Amino acid sequence: MSNVDALDTPAMELASVDEAALPRRQYLTFMLAGEEYALDILWVQEIRGWCRATRVPNSAEFMCGVINLRGAIIPIIDLRIRFGLPRQEYSPTTVVVVLRVCTDGKERIMGVVVDAMAETYNIPDNAILPSPQVCGVMDPEFVQGLVTVEDKMVVVLDVDALLSTPELALDSASDTDN
Amino acid sequence: MSVDLSQFIPTFLEESFEGLELMESSLLDLDGCDEETINAIFRAAHSIKGGAGTFGFNAVSEFTHIAETLLDEMRSGRRSVESDLVNLLLESVDCIRSLLEAARDGVECDDPQIDTVAARLKAALDATAPADEQPTIEAEPESAAAVNSGWRIEFIPQAQMLETGNEPLMMFQALADLGELTVEVVLDQLPDFSELVPQTLYLQWQLSVAGDCTEADIREVFEWVEDECELTVEPLTSPSAIQAEPSEVTQAESPESATKNPPEPPAVTESAAEPATVPAKAATPKRKAPAESSSIRVDIDKVDALINRVGELVITQSMLSQVGHQVADMEHPATESLYAGLSQLERNTRDLQEEVMRIRMLPISFVFNRFPRMVHDISGKLGKQVELKLSGEQTELDKTVMEKIGDPMVHLVRNSLDHGLENPDERREAGKEECGTVQLNAYHQGGYIVIEISDDGRGLNTQRILEKAVDKGLVPADNQLSEREINELVFMPGFSTADEVSDLSGRGVGMDVVRRNIESLGGHVSVKSEQGVGSTFSISLPLTLAILDGQLIRVGEQETCVIPLVSIVESQQVNAGAMKPMAGQESLYRFRDEYIPLIHLQQLFQLPGKVSALDNCLLVIVEASGTKVGLLVDELLGQQQVVIKSLESNYRRVQGLSGATILGDGSVALIIDIAGVVKMGLDNDSRKALKHHNSQRELLEEARV
Repeated sequence: MSNVDALDTPAMELASVDEAALPRRQYLTFMLAGEEYALDILWVQEIRGWCRATRVPNSAEFMCGVINLRGAIIPIIDLRIRFGLPRQEYSPTTVVVVLRVCTDGKERIMGVVVDAMAETYNIPDNAILPSPQVCGVMDPEFVQGLVTVEDKMVVVLDVDALLSTPELALDSASDTDN
Repeated sequence: MSVDLSQFIPTFLEESFEGLELMESSLLDLDGCDEETINAIFRAAHSIKGGAGTFGFNAVSEFTHIAETLLDEMRSGRRSVESDLVNLLLESVDCIRSLLEAARDGVECDDPQIDTVAARLKAALDATAPADEQPTIEAEPESAAAVNSGWRIEFIPQAQMLETGNEPLMMFQALADLGELTVEVVLDQLPDFSELVPQTLYLQWQLSVAGDCTEADIREVFEWVEDECELTVEPLTSPSAIQAEPSEVTQAESPESATKNPPEPPAVTESAAEPATVPAKAATPKRKAPAESSSIRVDIDKVDALINRVGELVITQSMLSQVGHQVADMEHPATESLYAGLSQLERNTRDLQEEVMRIRMLPISFVFNRFPRMVHDISGKLGKQVELKLSGEQTELDKTVMEKIGDPMVHLVRNSLDHGLENPDERREAGKEECGTVQLNAYHQGGYIVIEISDDGRGLNTQRILEKAVDKGLVPADNQLSEREINELVFMPGFSTADEVSDLSGRGVGMDVVRRNIESLGGHVSVKSEQGVGSTFSISLPLTLAILDGQLIRVGEQETCVIPLVSIVESQQVNAGAMKPMAGQESLYRFRDEYIPLIHLQQLFQLPGKVSALDNCLLVIVEASGTKVGLLVDELLGQQQVVIKSLESNYRRVQGLSGATILGDGSVALIIDIAGVVKMGLDNDSRKALKHHNSQRELLEEARV
């Protein structure tokens, strides 16, 4: 289980000097079906290689299952399936980003499966543009905004929305018999 | 001196409750004038009073003060230890407990019992002490406080007071806050400079505080050092009294002088040596006690984190030894020592794990300790003579299990006292000793702790039980039941043998609740009884809730699941001849003399992979709350103890699972909640039946159209 550590690569400076005073955050980006997505780096706990997950009965399709993260049982979510992209076989080079999210005042740890890690960027808050209503294949509620970095479009994800959907809600109300 | 005391309140409460337990158990042990025991009780009461005063729980400190005064008289031998006094003190322990609970919850305690007991305590105190003197002297400072313009304080600390971290200067500053303070130091004891030991306090003080404050305010300042000094507080206004009294009062202060002066009425000693000024002799052992204590308080979360971490270590270690086996055949000079190192690591990790698990384990005496009191009270009420024997108190079990086993045990012991043991008359007629025996015993057996509650009473009346069971329709009248089976009937819901509902048992909480509670802990309860000789209830419980004996099974192509071993009735190969297809149910299986529904785990859990043919499946017959079902699984893997982990902490509750565990190879296996699976499976079946029914109707309708 080799931990792929992308956090050491120097952050790309994309803003000019006079914008340095603006509030900015660091974002970690990853690739998914050729597109680049960004996450607020403060949500990211660690990055690790894929290991087989244990499937959980009667769970949503995007739930790969649960794995053992140093004694804690954490759920793994396949973002491709979550976003409605075609499924891809898992291999040892498949990357799992472990996120630490806070829902309802309770801290939870979850993993998301992505294709590959990309970069870390410093992005000023005002560079993130609101996303247009139609945003490709994925549910717009997961998108916090769009940002252009080096002429590429990067989708900034709202981790909270992504991981606190009803299918992952703490109570099992959503899976009552239907 | 403004320190936020509120942070110490939880500790104070915890210690006070422990103190109360100690008082209770010591009071029950008290036979005659065992000085050491009375001292222990007194000290516990004294600490509670002091702490309560500091934290402003005045109701607690006032009440405890009265009890303490009584104890003090017993301690100094001025009052003999009588059983009605002991009972009164036991009741006051209850009152203090409810007062403390009220203080903890921040509510006013309105138990009328408290006033009653307080009045009886006072009455008991007045009974020996000359009644006319004590109240007047006690009342004097109170009434004086109203007109008083200040207080004169004589403060004679013991030489070692500084060593306990008490600083007179701080106290004087606190006094200065109460009013205008004049301090006069007495240097009589001061040695030559060459002989002076800097840690020793040679000084004594005469202080006067002018201002509107009460004696209690002043005593509060000296609260922490009251055991280490001689303190006299008098009102300032009556100079003549001050002139006349000090010598008298200081004399009464020290026990030696009090005994030397026989004419001194005991009441004066009582009021002057008001428990705030405890004689130094008694106080010394109290301060030593904490230093001798060899336990520490640790947050349970820290222990759990440690247990988790060690669990991880065990998994890492087993991964390493797997690798070790693989390289064992390789030709390398270091292979041998690697191997030796690995096996040593294994031993050490196993030991470490055991030790760590033991941290959570406590001796069962924590539960047993509440019974002497209970038996004492109940036997008194019932007019029975009962001797309670405890054995195996040192048997250890997990703290969480311990917290949950108390109530079922109370129920069983109550039953034994109420229904099991006969009245003294009956016992005499039966040729038994008048005093009945209830025995609590605990021991380890395998991974379980067995707790036995036995009595030498009349035993279960099988005839009556059977009649009652037939009456209530619990068993058909023509059934032939063995004695054991009849005895087991008492655990059936809706069963109670008590002819009349008494205060003690038969309050609607039956033995079925006891059984359910125990089974929810993964244990079971059984009864052995012989008519006229006695009955024994034995509870067996897993030592810990964190670990489960599990049967590992394979479901689908690669998923491993764990079935709790306790719920497995039998595992067998599927006998195709025993399958009985039936509408609604996919199939029923003839197991022994009953038909049981089958649940296909892979289908139920919607796990991917080819569903294997029935012939290749194995059948695990499980039982949950009386319902047997057969689970179809692909393979039986092995049995092992697994550490239960929650799925909820990072994911959510999943129907049909009670948690997950981590296997030796680091992968996750799900633990099946049998009751949940049975519910799901049966729901599924009924849904399927409905669907089947509907589709047939649709076909029919289509045909009609």
